[in-house]
Amino acid sequence: MTRTVIDPITRIGGHLRIEVAISSGVVFDAWSSGTMFRGMEQILRGRDPRDAWLFAQRICGSCTGVHALASARAVENALGLTIPKNARLTRNLLAGSQAVGDHVTGFYHRHSLDWVDVIAAAKADPGATSALGRSRSDWPLSGTDYFKGVKDRLTALVGSGQLGLFANGDWGHPAYRLAPEADLLIVAHYLEALDWQRKIWRIQALLGGKSPHPQTYLVGGMVLTPPWGGPNRAVPGQHPQQVERTAPAALSAPGLAELAGLVAEAKTFVDQVYVPDVLALAGEYRDWAALGTGIGNYLSYGEFPEDESSEPALLLPRGRLMDRSLVKVQAVDQASVGESVASSHYTYSGGDGLLKHPWDGETEPKYGGPRPPVTSFEDAAKYSWLKAPRYEDEPMEVGPLARVLVGYVEGRGDVRAKVDGVATVLGIGPDALFSTLGRMIARAIETQIVVARLDAWQQHLVDNLATGDLAVADLTGWDPATWPSAATGWASVETPRGALGHWVRIKDRRIDHYQVVDASTWNGSPRDGTGRRGPLEEALIGTPVADPARPLEVLRTVHSFDPCAACAVH
Amino acid sequence: MAAALALPASYAPRIASAVAAAPRLPVIWLRGQDCAGNTEAFLRAVHPTAAQLLLDLLSVEYHESIMASSGASAEQSRTKAMETYPHGYLAVVEGAIPTADDGVYCMVGGRPFRDVVREVCGGALATIAVGSCAFDGGAPAAAGGRTGAVGVADVVPNAKLVNLPGCPLNVENLTATIVHYLTFKQFPLTDGKGRPLFAYGGLLHNQCERRAHFEFGEFALSWGDEGSQKGWCLYKMGCKGPETFANCPTALYADGTSWAVKAGHGCLGCTMPRFWDAMGAPYQRLPAPLPFAPQINADHIGQALVGGVAALTVAHGAAGIVRARWVGATERRAAARRERPAPAEAAVGAGPAPEAEVEAEDAPELAAPPAVPPAVATEIQPSEQPAPAEADPTSDASEVD
Repeated sequence: MTRTVIDPITRIGGHLRIEVAISSGVVFDAWSSGTMFRGMEQILRGRDPRDAWLFAQRICGSCTGVHALASARAVENALGLTIPKNARLTRNLLAGSQAVGDHVTGFYHRHSLDWVDVIAAAKADPGATSALGRSRSDWPLSGTDYFKGVKDRLTALVGSGQLGLFANGDWGHPAYRLAPEADLLIVAHYLEALDWQRKIWRIQALLGGKSPHPQTYLVGGMVLTPPWGGPNRAVPGQHPQQVERTAPAALSAPGLAELAGLVAEAKTFVDQVYVPDVLALAGEYRDWAALGTGIGNYLSYGEFPEDESSEPALLLPRGRLMDRSLVKVQAVDQASVGESVASSHYTYSGGDGLLKHPWDGETEPKYGGPRPPVTSFEDAAKYSWLKAPRYEDEPMEVGPLARVLVGYVEGRGDVRAKVDGVATVLGIGPDALFSTLGRMIARAIETQIVVARLDAWQQHLVDNLATGDLAVADLTGWDPATWPSAATGWASVETPRGALGHWVRIKDRRIDHYQVVDASTWNGSPRDGTGRRGPLEEALIGTPVADPARPLEVLRTVHSFDPCAACAVH
Repeated sequence: MAAALALPASYAPRIASAVAAAPRLPVIWLRGQDCAGNTEAFLRAVHPTAAQLLLDLLSVEYHESIMASSGASAEQSRTKAMETYPHGYLAVVEGAIPTADDGVYCMVGGRPFRDVVREVCGGALATIAVGSCAFDGGAPAAAGGRTGAVGVADVVPNAKLVNLPGCPLNVENLTATIVHYLTFKQFPLTDGKGRPLFAYGGLLHNQCERRAHFEFGEFALSWGDEGSQKGWCLYKMGCKGPETFANCPTALYADGTSWAVKAGHGCLGCTMPRFWDAMGAPYQRLPAPLPFAPQINADHIGQALVGGVAALTVAHGAAGIVRARWVGATERRAAARRERPAPAEAAVGAGPAPEAEVEAEDAPELAAPPAVPPAVATEIQPSEQPAPAEADPTSDASEVD
C-alpha cells in the first residue's frame, strides 16, 4: 500500500489537499482536506445586513458574484422583499454569464491539461490538425497556417528552456492518449479561451461595474438603473436614452446592444469550440465514463428564476435524486440540510458528530490535525477546514451533473435532447453520466443551455424597459426602522459548482448569525460523524493509478468536480 | 545597473546573470487567504493580455490557479525557480497571511503559508502584493476575524515591496507596474507604503466623472431615483470617493468598460488601509468632504500610465509632485471635520486643502525618463530593451530599495 499526498491541488480556487491510499495500482481510500480558513461567517456577525453581500462576495473571486447574489437573496428573504423584473433579469445575466465563463475557462485552463499533453502537441502536423478542426465545427480559426503558428509558438516556448506554467507537468504519462493533432487543437483553443474569457467577463463589468466582484447588487434589487429617459421616460415603445454623459450606460439602448453582441460572441465559441472539444475528448477517453462515480446522490436547488412569483419557473430545475436512480425527482427542503464537524477543524457545543442546521450552525475553529509541517493526516481524527454537509444524513453531489440529471429525469426537453444526443454519439447510456467524464459532459450541456438563454434575458430586458418600467429595486425594506426586531432568512444559488445556500438571522437590525453551505463544501466534504466519506472522496475509490509518484488519474476526478476550496471553507 | 534596478549594488552580479540566463522574467505567484480575485483580474489583463504575459513576457514558474503540475511537482517548480534565479525572480503575493496558532489557518504543502511567503519573498528581486488582503490583511483581517491575518509587509518587513491594494486590484495597475519594470528595470514611484503614485497618488473624487454633479449639489438620494438615472453624485449614498486614493475612474475595468460609480454604486474605498472597517459602512455617508483641491489632482496620471509606457514622462513628473501631497485618510477625515464645508459651498473659490502646506522641496528631483519609442508600449521584448535609465541613484525614483 502506498499513501500519496497531493498538496497543493493546483488549477482550482482556494487550497485543497488530497491524500489517497493506493494498493495494486488502484485507489482504495481517499481524504479531501481544505487547508485554508478565513472566518467570513464570524466577520459578518454584528454588521448591517444590507452590507452583508459585499463581505460575502469576497468568499470567492473565481466564482465571483455568486455569494453576493446568495447573500442579497437571503436578506431579502428575511425582510420579505421581492425584486423587480429588471433586477431579476440583470441578476440572471450576471450569474448566467458567470456560469458560462466559468465552465469554459474551467475546461480549458483548469481541467484540459489532465487530458491533453502540451509537449506532445508540438509534434503535431498542422495540416492534419486543420482537417481535424474543420471536421468538428465551422470555427474560422482552423487553417493550416494558424495551427502552424500555434505550433511554432509552442516549439519556441519549449526551446526557450522556460516552460513557465507548463513546466514539470506529467507530460508523457501513459494516461495521455490523444493524437498530437488532437492535443494541438485543444492547446490552440486553450490560448483562444484566454482571450475569449476577457470578453465574456465584460458582460459582468458592464452590468456590475467591474469583474471580479461586480458591485451593483443591492438588498431589494440592483443599483444599476436604466439612464434617465428625459421626455421619453414613460413612453411605451421608447427605450430610455442616455441623456447625460455620466448616466449609467449599461441599460441604455447602446449598452444593451453591446451586451447582445458579447452574448452572441460567447455563444459562438461555446457551440463551435468548447462543446465539440469536450465531446471529442470524451470519445477518446470513453473508459472514464465508468470511473469516478462517487456517492450517487444528487442535489440541485434550481436556478435562474423566469418570473417574479414566490415559486418561479426555473431554467435549471430543483430536485434531488438518490442512489443513482433515474426514475423520480424528489423534493428539496432546506430544513433537511445539516453540517457535521466530526472530521473538521471546528467544535460544536453538544458534540462534533451532530448534524446542525445552518440556522443553528456554529463556526468555532479548532485545528485538530498534526502540528505543521504536516506530512500526512493519516492518524488525525480531524483533517479538513471543510465541514461535512448532509441532506437527511446523506452526502450529496452537487453541480452541473446534478442539475442535468434532475432536468433529464424531470423530462426537460432541452436536457433530454442534449443528453440523448451525446449518448448516441458516444455510444453510451445516460447512466454513463455517473462518472468523471459525465461531470465534464454535463458541464458542457449546461453551458449550451445557459448561453442560449442569455440572449432571451437580454431581449426581455429590452422589452420590459420599453414598456416604461424602469424600476430596479424594492426599497420598502431599505430603512432598518421598518424591520422587525428579529428576522430569519435563507436563499440558494445554483453556482457553476453547484448548490449554495446562505442562512441569516437578523436581530436588532444587525446580523446575529450567518452560515454558508457552499457547493464545494458538499462535494469536497470530509467524513461525517458516521465515518461516511464525502462525494469527492468516494469518487476517487477505484481510480487506477499507473504511477503513484505521478497520480494524474486522481487529478482527473478531482478536477471533474471543479472544486473551489475558497468557497468551500470561507 | 544595480542602481538602475533600484537594488543594492551587491545584487548586481546575480541579476546580471539572471537576465542573461532568462529572457523572460520568472514569476512566483503565491496565494494565501485569498479568493483568487486578483488572479482572475490578472487573467482579464488587456495591456498586455494574459496570454502575452504568460507566454511572451513572463515565465510563471509557480501559480496554483493555472500551473500544470500539482502537489510535489508543483512545489518542486517553486523551489527550482528559487534556486535557478536567486534574487532574479519576481514574487507576487495574493491573499492575507494568517499568523495565529502557528499558521494552521493556511497551509500549502503541509507548511504554514507564512513560512512559504518568508522564503519566497526573501529570495525575490522584489515582491508585488496584489490586492487588499496581501496589503494589510484585507477581508480576513476585518473586525471579527480571528486568524491573525496580515499583509506581506508585516511578515517580511525587509521585502522589496510594491503594494497594489484594491479588492481586487485593477489589473491595469498591475500590468503597468510589470511593464514599467520590464522596460526600465525599476518599479514606478511609490509612496511611503509602497503604493505606486500613478495609481494611488490621486484622490478618486477629483477624477470622478460625476464630480461636476457634486459641485452643483446634484445627488442621488435613493436607489433607482431620478438622480441615479441621471448619473448624479453618489456621495449621499455612501460613496467613499472623497477619501479614497485610486485611479478607478480613469483606469476603468475590463478594457475601459466601466467602474463601480459608473455602474451606479458608491466606491467602497477598497484601496485604503483596513477599508472594511476604517472607511465606514458602505452605505453610510462620509463626513463632509474636503473642498476641491487642484494641488493634489492627479487625474492624468493613472490614465496616462496605464495607457502605455510611452506616457511615463507625464506620470513620472506629475507623480513626484503628488507624492509630496500625500496624506492618509485619517488625517483627511480629521481635516474635513475641522473645515466641514457644506458640499454645495465647496464648489467655488475654495481655499487650498490643509495639507497643501507640505514643502514642495520634498518632491524629488526627477531624472529624465529614458527615451523610449512609443512602440515599446505594445511590443515589449525584454531582451531588446534599451539600456536601462541613467536614473540618478540619489533620487527616490523608486522606494523599492
